[in-house]
Order: sequence, then structure tokens, then C-alpha cells
Amino acid sequence: MTDAVAGLPPRESKVIKYLKGMALIRESVVGMIGLGLIVFWVVMALLADLLAPFPPNATLYPLAMPGQFVEGMGTFWLGTDHLGRDILSRIMHGSRAVLIFAPLATFCAYVVGIPMGLAAGYRRGMTDAVLSFVANVILSFPVLVLYIIIIATIGASAVNIVIAVTFASAPGIFRIVRGLVLDLRSREYVFAAETRGESPWRIMLVEILPNARGPLIVDACLRVGYVIITIGVLGFLGLGLPPPDPDWGGMINETRQMAMSFPHMTIFPCIAISSLVLGFNLLADGLREVSLRD
Amino acid sequence: MLIFLVRRLGTMVLTMLVVSLLLFLLLEINVASVAIKVLGPYSSDEQRQLWLEANGYLEPFYVRYFTWLGNFIVGDFGSSIRFKVPVGDILWPRLGSTGILGLATMMVVVPLSLGLGVLAGMKEGSKLDRTISVGSIVTTSVPEFASAVLLSAVFVFYLDLLPGTSSMTDGFSLVQLSLPVMVLVLYDFGYVTRMTRASMSEVMMTHYIRTAVLKGLPYKTVIMRHALRNALIAPFTVIMLQINWLLSGVIVVEFFFAYKGFGALLLEASLNQDIFLIEACAMVAVFVAVATQTLADVGYTYLNPRIRFA
Repeated sequence: MTDAVAGLPPRESKVIKYLKGMALIRESVVGMIGLGLIVFWVVMALLADLLAPFPPNATLYPLAMPGQFVEGMGTFWLGTDHLGRDILSRIMHGSRAVLIFAPLATFCAYVVGIPMGLAAGYRRGMTDAVLSFVANVILSFPVLVLYIIIIATIGASAVNIVIAVTFASAPGIFRIVRGLVLDLRSREYVFAAETRGESPWRIMLVEILPNARGPLIVDACLRVGYVIITIGVLGFLGLGLPPPDPDWGGMINETRQMAMSFPHMTIFPCIAISSLVLGFNLLADGLREVSLRD
Repeated sequence: MLIFLVRRLGTMVLTMLVVSLLLFLLLEINVASVAIKVLGPYSSDEQRQLWLEANGYLEPFYVRYFTWLGNFIVGDFGSSIRFKVPVGDILWPRLGSTGILGLATMMVVVPLSLGLGVLAGMKEGSKLDRTISVGSIVTTSVPEFASAVLLSAVFVFYLDLLPGTSSMTDGFSLVQLSLPVMVLVLYDFGYVTRMTRASMSEVMMTHYIRTAVLKGLPYKTVIMRHALRNALIAPFTVIMLQINWLLSGVIVVEFFFAYKGFGALLLEASLNQDIFLIEACAMVAVFVAVATQTLADVGYTYLNPRIRFA
């Protein structure tokens, strides 16, 4: 009797099952490189205070070239900018702003976009028609035009950037979720839940949404990458986070006039932002590849 | 087909109307701030009041909106606050410059990305495919401003081959156009390549391609006569929709290279709170975007025989 019970494999908790699914990413070389890049920048952001050789806003020694050693101060590995601030320290500290606001803004966009998509896909009819039209109107703006108009009207600040990103990205998320729900709503487990008399929102959130997570996770990775670019572009155009705290796009904007004589000031923040975006894009590609395999 | 066309055009007009209402609400709902933006922060209350009265701003909101819309449709966009001339006088030439930039970019992007996409999609999973796919991810990960910095560091600073600004003060110059076009191409071609690859690899797995290969046709004939025709329908839509993205890209590129185009104008208008210029620029941008979307839909329907004859 006890033997038969012992023969059954122990039931895995949902969390462990989920983590095991995510761990499949190690089978994709591209995905692992992407994950590595992201982890690298997360570590930088967390340990910026310990790792950065200088305070990010301190004016030390203007126009030092990369690797220049200055008596009594130390080596400026990536040089300093026109105000004498160490570029390496600023890039390390700047990763914080990007890694906080990009995922936060993406998360807010999902919080708005998912319920809209669920409602439109599950209820269809008028709800779908109205929400789809609203989404199409917002999506008909060229993205950056929308950002510039919103930010120029309500002002440049961290909160306003999150609001603008939410407003501009939610319709795209809405479309994806709606498409997935239209496909999933006719599955047996949805009928079963309907027969049990579950409420519509419980069906949408508990029965349908978890089954749509695969494509949504891939999309979220890509979207965080786009949002990082967006925050960078806004900073570059002078509509980003207010100075003097380091922000990669802002660093490029402040120094681009001098890029012809001192390219190091602009090139290193560019490499930083590109490598982080690349990390998210490669991770998304890896996840897609792994999820298509089985 | 005709009903489809009419419906599609109807949606387009409706979208434009809603967009115009949104813009008007955002920029002109607060009459007092309009007066401040037009007359400047140092104008007196009395001056503002007189200006509002003279320009019909004391009418109810809907009257103002319809007057504005009516003027807009006949091409009267009002006067630019910053440039002190009618908006149309600066808008149209700038739009022309951006048209040249966009056309040049498209002339490179379309053949390049279709070629690479077809090559990658012909043999999914091959070494060539992986190289092209990962390469296109890398180029789309570099934001336009970053590739502008990197490319100008190489071509202007180290090689000293190309000019670092493209203001075209001495008339049109192809040399000055090359860096902005390079930056736009680098950012844009990756997405179209990936979409073409997806479409091509899907077609390569269909039964009629297998049949064509098995009946002994040369590989070249299979690709050129059977696969390409069907594989290139989806990329057409993608390319048309890419124009919407290009409109965002030109803002960054024109700002960086000081190119006197539409994107730089929109940015300048926004930074200076030049509301009438913002309205006109935004409406033109949305019109171009919506028109290309409509064209993409109509074109897709026309190109796809399964829909055309249905």
C-alpha cells in the first residue's frame, strides 16, 4: 500500500513549475547572452554606490580622456565630461533611473492594457468596437509625435514620462491581449467555468489570462526595450528626467555639441543604452525560440 | 471591394476627426493659457482680453472647434507664434525636405530588407538565417540617437569623410544626406527583414512549394516563381506601416544633424509652445500615418488573390 503511494511523483508547486519553465531559457544561447547583459546592468544599478569610483555629480577634472590618470584623484577609465564629472560613475548611477522607470512604465501600461484587452476579447460587441476604435486612434499617431506633444504640454518629469508611456503603449498591449483572448475564449475550460457559473471577470483573470502569458512575456521584454529607447530619446531631445542626476539620454544630449572634439563623452552612454536594449531584445528572441520548441 | 474601400476611407476620416478634437482639447481648452502662449508671459491682462475677443476665443468651445476645423480643412492653419508667418509657409517646404529624406531611406531599406529577409527565410535555421536574424536584432537595439553618435564618430571624427551637420544651407547636397539616411536605414531595416523572413519561411513550408521541389523544378525557379509572389504580400503591409515609425525616427535624426525638416519643426514648435504650429504638424503627421495605414490595408486586399476574388 505504502509502496504505491511512494511511487507517485511529488506534486510540484505552481511556482516551481513556473520557474522550471523559465529556466528553459538556458537552452538558447542568444537568450542567455541577453539575460547576461540585463543581469550585468541590474548588478551595476544595485551596487553603483560601491562600484562607482567617484560620486556621479561631483565636478572633478574637466575633459579628461579615457584612461587618464590624474595625480591625487585616480584614473578616469572612461574620461570625464565638460563639467569634470566622471563618465563611468555617471553611467553606473544612470542605470538606476533607466532600470526603475522603464519597467515601471511598462508595468503601468500592462495594468491598463490587459483589462481593456480582456474585456474587448471576451465580451466582444460594443465593448470591443469602442475600445478598438480608441486604440486605433491613439496608435495612428507616430509614437514620438505623441510623446513630444504630451510631454511638452504636461511638462518633463519622471511621473509624466510614466504617464505618457502608459498612454502610448497601452493600446498596443490591448491589441495583443484582445487577439489572444479571441483565440482562447472558445476553449473547453472556459466553457466549463461558464457552466460552473463563475463571474466574467474571474473567467477573464483566472482562466484566460494565465494561458495567454507566453506571448505576453515575450512582448513585455521587447516593450521594456522600446521604453528604454523612448526614455533615452526623450532625454536626448531635452524632454527627459531633469538634471543634474545622471540619465543616459540626458548625458548624450548635454555632451553632443562636443562630440566632434571629445567623442568619448557621448559614445559611452550610447553603448550603455544600446547594450541594455540589446539584452532585452535578445532575451525576447530567446524566450520566443524556446517557447516555440515545445 | 468598393464597399470595403468606402468603409476604410470612412474610418480614416473618423479617425482624423477624433484626433483633431483630441488635439484641440489638449492645446486650446484653456483659453487663458492660449493668450499667454500667443502674447507672451509679460503681456497685461487687458491685452490678453482684447486679443481673445478679437480672435473669437470668447465663443463657446464647440463653435471655436468647428471654426478651427473649417479653417483647417481649407488649408488655413493660423499663424506661427515663433516664426511670425502663416504656418503653411514654413510647414510645406519642411515637409518636402523630410519627404526627400524618407524617400531616400525607403529606397535603401526596401531592397535591402527584402533581400536579406528572403535569404534568411529560404532556409530556416541555417547559419545564414541565424546571422541575419541576430544581426537585425542588434541593429534595431541601437536607438537612432546612439547610431547617429556612433556613425558620426566614425565617419566625421575618425575618417573625416562626411560632414557632421546636414543643414543644407548651400542648397541640396547628397553628401550631407548620407549620414541621416544611414542612421534611419540602420534602425529601420531590421524589423522589415524579420517580417519578410517570417513570411518567407512560412511560404517555404507550404505544400505547393514541396510539390514544386519534388516535381524536379530547379531551386531558382521554385523561389522566383512560386515562393516570392506569395512571400512578398505581407512585407508590403509592413513597409507601409514602417512609414509611421519613420516619422518618429526623422525627429531624432533631423534634430541631431540640424536637417531642416518636418520632424525638427515639430520638435521646435513643441519646445516653444507654438500651439498653432503644433496642431498643424501633428495633424499632418497623423494624416500621413493614417493614409499609409489605409493604403496598406487596401493594397493588401488587392494583392492577396484569396481576398480579392472572395
